[in-house]
Amino acid sequence: MSLRRLAKEQPANFEISKAALKEIDIWVQKYPEGRQKSALIPALWITQKDAGGWLPEAALRALGDLLDMPYIRVYEVATFYTMFNLEPVGTHHVQLCGTTPCWLRGAGDLKKVCEDKIGPKGSTSHDGQLSWIEVECLGACANAPMVQISNADSDHYYEDLTPESFGKLLDDLVAGKKPEQGPKNGRFTSEPEGGANTLISKGLYSKVTKKALPNAVKKARKKPTKKAAAKKPAAKKKAAPKKPTAKKTAAKKKVKS
Amino acid sequence: MSDLRKVNIDGEEIEVPADYTLMQACEEAGAEIPRFCYHERLSIAGNCRMCLVEWVGAPKPQASCALQVKDLRPNRDGTPANIRTNSETVKKAREGVMEFLLINHPLDCPICDQGGECDLQDQAMAYGRDASRFQENKRAVDDKFMGPLVKTIMTRCIQCTRCVRFITEVAGVSEIGLASRGEDAEITTYLEKSLTSEMSGNVIDLCPVGALTSKPYAFNARPWELEPTESIDVMDAVGSNIRVDSRGGRVLRILPIINEDINEEWISDKTRFVWDGLGRQRLDKPYIRKNGKLTAASWDEALDLAASKLKGDPEGIAALAGDLADTESMKALKDLMDGLGVKNLDCRQDGSSLGTGPRQEYLMNTTIAGIERADALLIVGANPRMEAPLVNTRIRKTWIEGDLKIGLIGEACDLTYDVDHIGATASDLEKLAKSNSGFAKVLKGAKNPMILIGANVFTRADSAQIQNLCGAIAKKFKMVRADWNGYNVLQTAASRVAGLDMGFLPGKGGKDTNAILKAAQKGDIKTIFSLGADEIAEVDFGKAFVIYQGSHGDQGAHRADLVLPGAAYTEKDALWVNTEGRVQMGFMAVPPKGEAKFDWAILRALSEKCGRTLPYDSLDELRAKLFADHPTFAGLGHAPGAEGADKFDPSKLGKAGKVKADAFGLAIDDFYFTNPIARASQVMADCSAVGDETLSEAAE
Repeated sequence: MSLRRLAKEQPANFEISKAALKEIDIWVQKYPEGRQKSALIPALWITQKDAGGWLPEAALRALGDLLDMPYIRVYEVATFYTMFNLEPVGTHHVQLCGTTPCWLRGAGDLKKVCEDKIGPKGSTSHDGQLSWIEVECLGACANAPMVQISNADSDHYYEDLTPESFGKLLDDLVAGKKPEQGPKNGRFTSEPEGGANTLISKGLYSKVTKKALPNAVKKARKKPTKKAAAKKPAAKKKAAPKKPTAKKTAAKKKVKS
Repeated sequence: MSDLRKVNIDGEEIEVPADYTLMQACEEAGAEIPRFCYHERLSIAGNCRMCLVEWVGAPKPQASCALQVKDLRPNRDGTPANIRTNSETVKKAREGVMEFLLINHPLDCPICDQGGECDLQDQAMAYGRDASRFQENKRAVDDKFMGPLVKTIMTRCIQCTRCVRFITEVAGVSEIGLASRGEDAEITTYLEKSLTSEMSGNVIDLCPVGALTSKPYAFNARPWELEPTESIDVMDAVGSNIRVDSRGGRVLRILPIINEDINEEWISDKTRFVWDGLGRQRLDKPYIRKNGKLTAASWDEALDLAASKLKGDPEGIAALAGDLADTESMKALKDLMDGLGVKNLDCRQDGSSLGTGPRQEYLMNTTIAGIERADALLIVGANPRMEAPLVNTRIRKTWIEGDLKIGLIGEACDLTYDVDHIGATASDLEKLAKSNSGFAKVLKGAKNPMILIGANVFTRADSAQIQNLCGAIAKKFKMVRADWNGYNVLQTAASRVAGLDMGFLPGKGGKDTNAILKAAQKGDIKTIFSLGADEIAEVDFGKAFVIYQGSHGDQGAHRADLVLPGAAYTEKDALWVNTEGRVQMGFMAVPPKGEAKFDWAILRALSEKCGRTLPYDSLDELRAKLFADHPTFAGLGHAPGAEGADKFDPSKLGKAGKVKADAFGLAIDDFYFTNPIARASQVMADCSAVGDETLSEAAE
């Protein structure tokens, strides 16, 4: 991590779009009156998406005004979290994990791909399509090496990469395609390559009789409200990392039932 | 202190209140705990780790500033928890913390302004290791711009965040922050803008290292070369306790002294940085106007001329005292004028009408510390942030800690706390007096309500009616009772209360300031003796012969026909009475400039030339007479507060009648230019320019 400063060249003016304001308001509503500044981090995130992947200085002030907090407090938070980009990034912003597990599995080769296709670390390609930085562990070590690519639509994880598949991925993105997220070597989430090899005996679950759990009723009641609450805000935000976990929990449920 | 807990500190069992921090408990037991980030008057951050102590049985050393005594678990056998502040563990912990702090701290003590009064330097000597084991590169941090007062050398910063907490909590402007994190963490203002607080200089005192130092004082002196003199500030009527540091007859800096009743341990920027004005624009010789030009003269010539001008008809002579006049010189001038039979005296150069009623009429009776007991405050026609920053700080403190509700009638301005802006005009005050809802309801429900009236209110033509109205409000909302006096006037001139106390006011049939100036225009007043009355426009003196006695070549001296050079507040022993009516003694830090003399001594010499020799030959004799004539001056350090409140009826003040609907004006246009010393200061001019910039930006 190196010293982070606001970009030298800033847009003359910036306004948060109406759609983004609406989305920020959902977060503001979650907190009691007068505590709207609690929504700063999601608000910064939404604004960053809105502004094309980075936070212009005017956006920090706009949020300060919106959430009724001193600009310096917004600045503190924006500079603290490295996921807030203070300088412009490419349409597709590649965050390449370089921490030990990924590095052992060939992150160094991926770096070379980036350097060839985009430029030195921290740079943006000439056409403005791609930019890349090296980041610390993104928590997908089982699928190392991996990258997270942020763009207007998503913040998808692309896992189990090779220099070839990664190069193709970047080319697809530049070409305007929307590559599927997840492992690029054909395996399903973090299952072993070639498919699952445990808990696969036929009839393993057929003898299990369904038994209502003591908290079953409560659960049933809770579920819809939880979904309703989570639906709105989470829908757009972290679609990528959420999906695998959703699948995992679905898989677990299968096991249980 | 109902809830007491026992705790064993270094083998000694003591009993302390449960809400004490461990650090307080250790200090109670006599153990010294080093610290950087902890400060009594700021919130607790707990990030420097220097205050680690050992809690026997706990797996790790504990930060004593952030752990409360009530959170200590007793030992298994039920005996009080054992705390060690001098064990091997503690020593090792301190050495470790110190080593980490010094890793990135430059070894530039020889060129650092903090050298000699640096917490890090002192504590490294006391608690650090003797040598460094660090071989790698140290980090360097870009210096930040923080305005004309605070110089930054950010590489020295140890991120204690005292400045961030002070500016946010005490000054109330949230302008400094800690950006980035980890090794890149740096203290900055947003986009390196100037600090806009009038209290910003205090971060220099708070900074435990040399990261934030005084810009005007940069590389001027080492602390051990300076001669400290305790004194009293005169920039406003608060009477902040200050330490004047001088070397070789020059004032080099001004620092605050702790006085819990007045300024706690802060001072305003004007108080702190005005010292460069003490060396500029000084009157160091007597001057006589010859052919329209002031030319240097000898003392004898000057005093002879003054005496000849004062010998005429007393009806044609007047004396005015300015805002920086010390008590003794005003007393000497009053005695001289009494001797000459002059009745046209006034110490209220702003044309205020205060001073005819009981003493409570013009004092801040609640006292500054008393604000902390208040739960509702009505401000009328004042901007305490500009007129008395330390009173404002106290109001903010009470607003944060207690549940003080504040209402404002007057010009809306950012006071650093939430106010209920009731209105801007005198009619709004009238409405409030009759109302039973809104802020009136708050006042009614309050236990200790108070009203704070700006001094400027009493310069209005309808001041008597407004005073009566304010008195009626005070009466209606029970602001005055035997143990609480919530009727307050916020004075802005350091000399004013003393002048009013000694009756430096028109005698029977005498003229007040406005009448004197009117008569001067007509030619009825032929000679005006101005004791530092610098806030009166030159043209207002008409054709009168003006004798100006003062320290700075400002408005008053420009108009003068005869200039008698006096001493500035740092150059004389003098008594000052602040807005609470508290008498305080200031001391001479440096001698008067050039041929200038002590003000009382000039008047004593003049009295001899006039043939009306004053009956005192020394300052002590003068004071003895002052105390005999006006016993209030003898109560040094004492503020009357609610004394005599049972006999004080605010509703009898002033005159009942219709008030004008005009908006209340403010006493101060520019905080940094309120007196001749400040106007002579380059630093104050720089600060004022920053303020103008901010204003024009805000207007855009």
